[in-house]
Amino acid sequence: MMNNQGSERSQVPPGAAPAVRAQGLSVVRGSRTVLDGLDFDIPRGRITGLLGPSGCGKSTLMRSVVGTQAKVTGTLEVLGRPAGSAGLRSRIGYVTQNPSVYDDLTVRQNLEYFATVLTPGRAAARDRRDNVTRAIEDVDLTGHADALAGNLSGGQRSRVSLAVALLGTPELLVLDEPTVGLDPVLRRDLWSLFGRIAAERGATLLVSSHVMDEAERCSRLLLMREGRILADGSPDELRARTDSATVEDAFLHLVDDARARVATRADSPEESA
Amino acid sequence: MNASRTLATAVRVLRQLRHDPRTIALMLVVPCVLIALLRYVFDATPRTFDATGASLLGIFPLVTMFLVTSIATLRERTSGTLERLLAMPLGKGDLIGGYALAFGLLAILQSALATALSVWVLGLDVTGSPWLLLLVALLDALLGTALGLFVSAFAASEFQAVQFMPAVIVPQLLLCGLFAPRDTMQPVLKAVSDVLPMSYAVDGMNQVLRHTSVTGDFVRDAVIVSGCAVLVLALGAATLRRRTA
Repeated sequence: MMNNQGSERSQVPPGAAPAVRAQGLSVVRGSRTVLDGLDFDIPRGRITGLLGPSGCGKSTLMRSVVGTQAKVTGTLEVLGRPAGSAGLRSRIGYVTQNPSVYDDLTVRQNLEYFATVLTPGRAAARDRRDNVTRAIEDVDLTGHADALAGNLSGGQRSRVSLAVALLGTPELLVLDEPTVGLDPVLRRDLWSLFGRIAAERGATLLVSSHVMDEAERCSRLLLMREGRILADGSPDELRARTDSATVEDAFLHLVDDARARVATRADSPEESA
Repeated sequence: MNASRTLATAVRVLRQLRHDPRTIALMLVVPCVLIALLRYVFDATPRTFDATGASLLGIFPLVTMFLVTSIATLRERTSGTLERLLAMPLGKGDLIGGYALAFGLLAILQSALATALSVWVLGLDVTGSPWLLLLVALLDALLGTALGLFVSAFAASEFQAVQFMPAVIVPQLLLCGLFAPRDTMQPVLKAVSDVLPMSYAVDGMNQVLRHTSVTGDFVRDAVIVSGCAVLVLALGAATLRRRTA
């Protein structure tokens, strides 16, 4: 019933190719199929939320888009090129679930190093300094710029990790659970930052979360479960389609529906209630 | 490879170390203490100190850099920074070159201290130029960095990484000619010691110890040690994968 290509496509300005296009995307890890033949598009210039329970394949999908996941089959195009192309590395910002920064460097030293990796050379020194300062301001860590990353709290460290991804104004930001463990005020601030990045810098954001209330912040949602995409559409559409009050209810409704279909196919209709 | 990225990586590694002064102190002081200890162990036989001391000046940088690099690279892998760097426009050569540069610099410092102490304070009797001792020590350090980088790919934890020290370094130590001259070894062991790079590292030191000028054997030793370092660095680069399961 809930197909991947909904009416959503019409909201994308005509002629704008999607930032990410996947067809028959599958990933096998060991003997387990983590992603199973996914088809989806991620529109440019907007925030797409990737929602689903832990272990459903969100991180694997994100790693595939960034190009760090091995054994990816099917078609996966990112910003018009095959995922993992060398030319994409400076155009994508990626934040892993666990903060990946050097604990034995200060916040500023971390950012300075990654900024040089992105834009090397003496000629770009001023740009780098500006970029570093802006990234630190973006994540509200100016007061901690000279603190060792290892001495910061968990939430602060994940913001350092986020700041690294904001360096160099990437066209696509892939953020794996960026708001886990943050207090409500910071979560709100970060989501408004994400909104600004999409609106002002025209960047595409792919943000994963297992907290359903964050879904309302996204202009579009991919609901995932057990390596498949359960539904794809704007929060309003998903609520309307399932006649639910919240995205969480919509998700539960869709999971129940999917189970019911499996149960019917298995010839045990009494379980479908 | 990009010089600016390589240099930035070296600076970053050194900055990390600067926040860890105890490690720097241990790296610099321990070899000096050990060589002084050795001097007084062989107090009665200065000739033995000359031979063993010169060999050790080649072995210290190799062992220290092996340990430091294997742990540093392992941390880079487990902290996720390696994945992040390889998702960015950083060449594998930039990363490896940066590590080699940073640890090479530290090795020069370490070897200079240990060599100066041995020659001028402890009375190590070197026939050749102390600069050549320093050169061999630097090549040994690069070899240690290369080996450490390579084995860290096969270690899943710090526990495993430190166990590679006895596994990779100690056999070379036993067969390098420090304990028994290589020519007197059982033929199979002699053959094994012929293909282990540390044998040439130690032999290079002994060449400087005994000869006033640069000998053909010294050149051979230096070429073999640097060749091995480059080969193992290339193997290490092959273990850095942009895509992982």
